[in-house]
Amino acid sequence: MRQFDRHQGLVAPMDRANVDTDLIIPKQFLKSIKRTGFGPNLFDELRYLDEGYPGQDVANRPLNPDFVLNQSRYQGASVLLARRNFGCGSSREHAPWALEDFGFRVIIAPSFADIFYNNAFKNGLLLITFDEATVDRLFQEAEAEEGYRLDVDLESQQVITPHGETLTFEVDSFRKQCLLEGLDDIGLTLKDGDAIADFEQRHRQARPWLFRQAG
Amino acid sequence: MAGQTLYDKLWSRHLVKERDDGTALIYIDRHLLHEVTSPQAFEGLRLAGRKPWRLDTNLATPDHNVPTTLKERAEGNAGIVDPVSRIQVETLDDNCTSFGIEEFRINDARQGIVHVVGPEQGATQPGMTVVCGDSHTATHGAFGALAHGIGTSEVEHVLATQCLIQHKMKNLQVRVEGELGLGVTAKDIVLAVIGKIGTAGGTGYAIEFAGSAIRELSMEGRMTICNMAIEAGARVGLVAVDDTTIEYLRRRPFAPSEKYLDAAVADWRELVSDADAAFDKVVELDAAAIEPQVTWGTSPEMVAGVGAQVPDPAAAGDETVQQGVSRALEYMGLQVGQQITDIQLDKVFIGSCTNSRIEDLREASRVAKGRKVADTIQLAMVVPGSGLVKRQAEEEGLDKIFLEAGFEWREPGCSMCLAMNADKLGTGEHCASTSNRNFEGRQGYGGRTHLVSPAMAAAAAIAGHFVDVRDFGAGRAANDDSQVQEA
Ligand code: SF4
Repeated sequence: MRQFDRHQGLVAPMDRANVDTDLIIPKQFLKSIKRTGFGPNLFDELRYLDEGYPGQDVANRPLNPDFVLNQSRYQGASVLLARRNFGCGSSREHAPWALEDFGFRVIIAPSFADIFYNNAFKNGLLLITFDEATVDRLFQEAEAEEGYRLDVDLESQQVITPHGETLTFEVDSFRKQCLLEGLDDIGLTLKDGDAIADFEQRHRQARPWLFRQAG
Repeated sequence: MAGQTLYDKLWSRHLVKERDDGTALIYIDRHLLHEVTSPQAFEGLRLAGRKPWRLDTNLATPDHNVPTTLKERAEGNAGIVDPVSRIQVETLDDNCTSFGIEEFRINDARQGIVHVVGPEQGATQPGMTVVCGDSHTATHGAFGALAHGIGTSEVEHVLATQCLIQHKMKNLQVRVEGELGLGVTAKDIVLAVIGKIGTAGGTGYAIEFAGSAIRELSMEGRMTICNMAIEAGARVGLVAVDDTTIEYLRRRPFAPSEKYLDAAVADWRELVSDADAAFDKVVELDAAAIEPQVTWGTSPEMVAGVGAQVPDPAAAGDETVQQGVSRALEYMGLQVGQQITDIQLDKVFIGSCTNSRIEDLREASRVAKGRKVADTIQLAMVVPGSGLVKRQAEEEGLDKIFLEAGFEWREPGCSMCLAMNADKLGTGEHCASTSNRNFEGRQGYGGRTHLVSPAMAAAAAIAGHFVDVRDFGAGRAANDDSQVQEA
């Protein structure tokens, strides 16, 4: 997994609640059997004026000038500012793959959907939750000031605004450690292989019908 | 000490290890796979040189990309016209073969939507942990199993370790007491719940659905409700085990053998919340007050009773909510104050893991019987959830009822629920759909989805617009019902 410790980046404000994973990456792009290459189709239905399909050259597609990520001042944005319940709906991990592939490293919102939250961290994205009032204020600042950048430090769990304001955020220590060290959590779990095997044996004795070969 | 909730019991039964950082390792009993969210997980295993921890726990079937017309299905994978879809299904077949995982392939009679197949086979059992790379895995909680959707990285994690790293959820009880009105179904209950608590109301919680109205439901109805727990933000939906659960499981292929059945049943009976269990939150609904529901917007919480009108954004919550409602009305092409029953429809879809089981098809067929789909409906399709559902429906003659009424009778799969195959809405088309998501573009680019129950969808197909299924004599077969002429 990609490591994350500190990141400074341009902020793009996406002023819309309940952004679902169908919107983040529409289903026609889920047919890929790869993990990469989803960036050009991130928010496809909002970004382009026509209907997208896999394998197409996006360079010739008409862009929706009203969509935030198409505006010149947000080119190169790597911090996404979003509204409540971001990432709801389908469990598709293609959503964080697309966000990451596009270039986002941090998403800030008042709340995230559970499965998306999990998936994002597993792909090196840092998700930060602030209360509605704080997010509102960041929206106002990011919209008012061109070139608005945030400095995000995972180690100290702080976001520093261009005005020098410091905002502290919560993140659970397991996810934090995995991100900081870029750890492969399968490898970590397999270190507990003996505990798993012991559990499995007790489980099989207590409830043999859960194991098919038990007959 | 307070008693345990059903969720607490399931959690502690599968707890391998608690870590200092507050996470826990949870053992997984059943892992279901489909073609969309598994290829990258298998690839990850291969790259790392890892093997599946335990093979007999896995069961796979392709569902999202499979075509639903007989002609294409006759050719197996070769009949999948879109080459990208075909490769995805073939990749699942190859991965299952090379890793030794049991799979019901495209033309196996047991193939179907993974959340229909698991319970139907008895592969979903009370007391299990069930996961799948699909958010509607919540469905399986209807059996008193701890079931939730996972991402592709977690699919790989489960394959390699038989465990997941989890945080314990909070407990939410949704109590639905009283008796449902005639023609009001499980789908209406769950839409009403989402309308009440919102699409984020269950975030961080496992929802246990309880109360007399839930107890009265069949397993199919309970699955419909748990299926949509995720639409209320909860990864997990649960219903306690009772006789209905146990009866459903008897003699299913994966169910416990005679040798273990008594022990298993005794064990399953413990899978209820203790009378003194404490829930972090309780929400109550009066079943008798629930009307047939119709979504008018682009989120499942944008829902109303069929007798209502399209709402005014100005009357909705805070600014963010108001914006959401305005945007939804624009996308859906609806006017403030318009009667829900005045929404004209172009297509009707009866299917999906929410409502494609035998009981759903029976419900819809009762409304369709002896009637005709309105001329203004371009396509009304019924897509059974599995090959076995299809077979049973045909044995009961339901296919004939649908065909005579002018519905298409298709082969099993996800179909127009998310339109990854050829079944989709055109831009601007309105669809009465028994599926679970009405997000923008979900059923096709620019398509407009209205979520309803199977009976409501069938009635809408006959009328050409939404109608209150209770005026249609729901639950009774129609002979010559003047409502139909009038519609
Ligand atoms: S029927 Fe729809 S919701 Fe269910 S698994 Fe298939 S695509 Fe997902």
